[in-house]
Amino acid sequence: MTNTSPKHTEPLERTLYEQSVAGRRAITLPKADVPDAPLPDAQLRADNGLPELSESQIVRHYLRLSQMNFGVDSGFYPLGSCTMKHNPKINEQLARLPGFASIHPLQDAATVQGALEIMHGLQEALKEIGGFAAASLQPVAGAQGELTALLMIRACHADRGQAHRDRILVPDTAHGTNPASARMAGFLAVEIPSDARGNVDIDAVRAACDDRLAGIMLTNPNTLGLFEERIGDIVELVHAAGGFVYGDGANMNALTAVVRPGELGIDVMHFNLHKTFATPHGGGGPGSGPLGAGARLAEYLPGPVVEHDPAADPRYRFARPERSIGRMTAFHGNFGMLVRAFAYIRALGAAGLRTNAADAVLNANYLRGRLKSEYPVPFDRLCMHEFVSEGRPEGSSARAIDISKRLMDFGFHPPTNYFPLIVREALMIEPTETETKETLDAFAEAMLQIAAEARDAPEKLREAPHATPVSRLDEVKAARERIVTDRAARGSDGEIG
Amino acid sequence: MVNRGMIESRHSETEHAEMIRTIGIASAEQLFADVPKPLRFPSLDLPEPLAEADLARELRGQARRNTPIEDRPCFLGAGSYRHFIPATVDYVLQRGEFYTAYTPYQPELSQGMLQAMFEYQSMICQLTGMEVSNASHYDGATSLAEAILLALDATGDARDRIVMSPAVHPHYREVATTYLQGTNAEILVPDDPAIAASGLLPFVDSSTAAVVVQNPNFFGLSEQIDGLAQVVHGLGALLIVVSDPIALGLFQPPGAYGADVVVADGQPLGLPPNFGGPSLGIFATRREHIRRLVGRVVGETADTEGRRGYVLTLATREQHIRRERATSNICTNSALGALAAAVYLATLGKPGLREVAELCFNKSHYAAKQISAIPKVKVNANAQGRDFFKEFVIELTRPARDVNAILLEDHEIIGGYDLGGSFPGHENQMLLAVTELNTRAEIDNLVHALAGVVS
Repeated sequence: MTNTSPKHTEPLERTLYEQSVAGRRAITLPKADVPDAPLPDAQLRADNGLPELSESQIVRHYLRLSQMNFGVDSGFYPLGSCTMKHNPKINEQLARLPGFASIHPLQDAATVQGALEIMHGLQEALKEIGGFAAASLQPVAGAQGELTALLMIRACHADRGQAHRDRILVPDTAHGTNPASARMAGFLAVEIPSDARGNVDIDAVRAACDDRLAGIMLTNPNTLGLFEERIGDIVELVHAAGGFVYGDGANMNALTAVVRPGELGIDVMHFNLHKTFATPHGGGGPGSGPLGAGARLAEYLPGPVVEHDPAADPRYRFARPERSIGRMTAFHGNFGMLVRAFAYIRALGAAGLRTNAADAVLNANYLRGRLKSEYPVPFDRLCMHEFVSEGRPEGSSARAIDISKRLMDFGFHPPTNYFPLIVREALMIEPTETETKETLDAFAEAMLQIAAEARDAPEKLREAPHATPVSRLDEVKAARERIVTDRAARGSDGEIG
Repeated sequence: MVNRGMIESRHSETEHAEMIRTIGIASAEQLFADVPKPLRFPSLDLPEPLAEADLARELRGQARRNTPIEDRPCFLGAGSYRHFIPATVDYVLQRGEFYTAYTPYQPELSQGMLQAMFEYQSMICQLTGMEVSNASHYDGATSLAEAILLALDATGDARDRIVMSPAVHPHYREVATTYLQGTNAEILVPDDPAIAASGLLPFVDSSTAAVVVQNPNFFGLSEQIDGLAQVVHGLGALLIVVSDPIALGLFQPPGAYGADVVVADGQPLGLPPNFGGPSLGIFATRREHIRRLVGRVVGETADTEGRRGYVLTLATREQHIRRERATSNICTNSALGALAAAVYLATLGKPGLREVAELCFNKSHYAAKQISAIPKVKVNANAQGRDFFKEFVIELTRPARDVNAILLEDHEIIGGYDLGGSFPGHENQMLLAVTELNTRAEIDNLVHALAGVVS
């Protein structure tokens, strides 16, 4: 690697391998209390390639790395579409109880009745919140929930002699996971444009409703943060044409206890427990993407699911829905996330969930109101839990990315950039319900100041961020050089291919 | 708390009024005017809310109704294991800067997680003998399903068959089968669960995209794998190996015997069993498949001043850029599980992981030897003379289910996996897992109890 400007040749934090010294160790293991068995020499390796460090080195390494990371606990994180709300600390404690964390997925059902009751309780709560006939907790992420739902739709069409139905309608505002899931499920994704009010274009839906229609993927509120005003008509068109309506529940935080998707006609929907129900995002995961399904698709849900029979012993047990498409993960989904989400719903109850939705929507509209003079909102309606504005203040050449990087200097995580694709220089802002008005005001003032800087001192934006451990990083260089492992691990002859 | 008809708010009265005024509406209910009125604000039948203290009491009560494997003899494995977790792991996982962040889309605010993932990728490549690793998948089963999709893509349209060893974890096979429902591909699994890896070769032909073996396999046996990759490659297919990351501390990495993709469940690397999830999917491959890799990958780069830094890279493979042409739909992964694994591997280090593997090997062999001395109990009856690691099969004179019930009730021992659950006709067989946490006394008690059960 050649540094064009070698001002900073010292890395911020040396890697584990750079800190490794042969012979160091952080832990001793119990002495063998059984005789050695003869090892099969030919199958052994000389070196497993791991680094060697002391415990204090490791602790300081990760502590320093954590200090170079920003989470919801660090500050405002209005990353649109990701619902970065506060994660209640009690849920972390509860999920770590040995009775939850240290149970084995293949234990006899009689020895895990508490776990099964919680899973059953969550299934019931999601059915009630969603207006669905049944739920499955198998999918471990939103995208996996999408794939699962589409495989259910596929199986149901096949059972009805409708296997030729191979098209799934996907609005142009949809998350990238939607068309990707459609393809993985063996469907052709047909893109549907948005209309002038930011809704799915109903004429385009009507035109696509033919005998090859398998279904539609609807995110409601959509990724512009807008409630689909004609959702009833869309559902009717798709159902009349023999298709199913899949709901992408990514934005359910706006609608919990406000409306039941099942009552809007959604046939199957995933919930993102890591968004709506406050399980932490983990720096990228784990998530959890349970499904709720109406009567027509319920028997296709992935299993096992938990059944309750008060007369049986034990009362809670695993079972497979009648025509289940099968298993989506090795065991029972992300149980640790299920415990947290169950605790969250228990703590809030129906009233608390509705207050979440109401404040999430209130906060988003408040920020929209405070920002729209400088950051135009192309579909200027009352929004739901988020809104999308254009990050190009009038009279400046600033771009969404410059505004985002400059926001870091004010101590805020930037909004989602350049998505949805139909808004120029998109800034997708989702404040969530857990922020105070002071925080929203401070963010609005920073955004307005940045708009002024964009006109008066554009270099402040172009050169931002200034207050982070590193300045802007060269993504082109990363993609070109493809250094994806530490050369200190590979040794001095480590080639870059 | 502001109460306004159907809607409450956690903002103060004054704040709420000011916000409503800024928005330019008369009341907060107006915000939901687009929601069809007859369906708006349903009354939900959910239990009453709980204060934190009451919530803690209720969930602690539920936790007590479960039987944790932490503090009692446990010989249950079959894809989820009781290994020691050093204190460093949870110390790091509880840092709010890590666990309350999301995918590091903004690298300047995410150098910590990005460097930790880069180091994770580096250690996984060392362990597996591969050249590139993603920054995690969901679990071992979904990693395998996506490895199969990679192989189908890499080998072209004419190849739509996967030859899978019957000794691959049966749940992994199920998940892969579900994932393939959207394709024309099918999985061929020979019937005999005792078949050796080389016995798969007669099933491989010009329609085969990949051969899948697990090593050590589901029954704990080492597969004789030398030369297998050469034959598989000669026939134009890829070799996918499902591995146990603990075994890789001691045994040859799959890269050394020609694997093209290595997948594994990373739970043994510092994650508690969690009733099966969240876990960690390990996914590593050769550089020639880097464009087909699924999920996030972290790459090294530099900032504007030449300082080293890390970013998510090669994103043009991914759904948010490539949409329906992406290599996978995966978005959220298991980053925190990968962080746990990284801290675990750093803490164990080169000698430590090897010693854990040696302890598992020695203790499982000790247990097997003691059990084989019990009259009427057979150990690895269908695999005489084959090497094994950590797990082995015992055949009893009565159903494993009954034996497990007695072990638990009379001896407080959590027994092995009842093979009848996945392999019909094998109801009298049990898969036992022995790790570094099983003491000699635990093993001796198990042997004593088993002798009593079968006599």
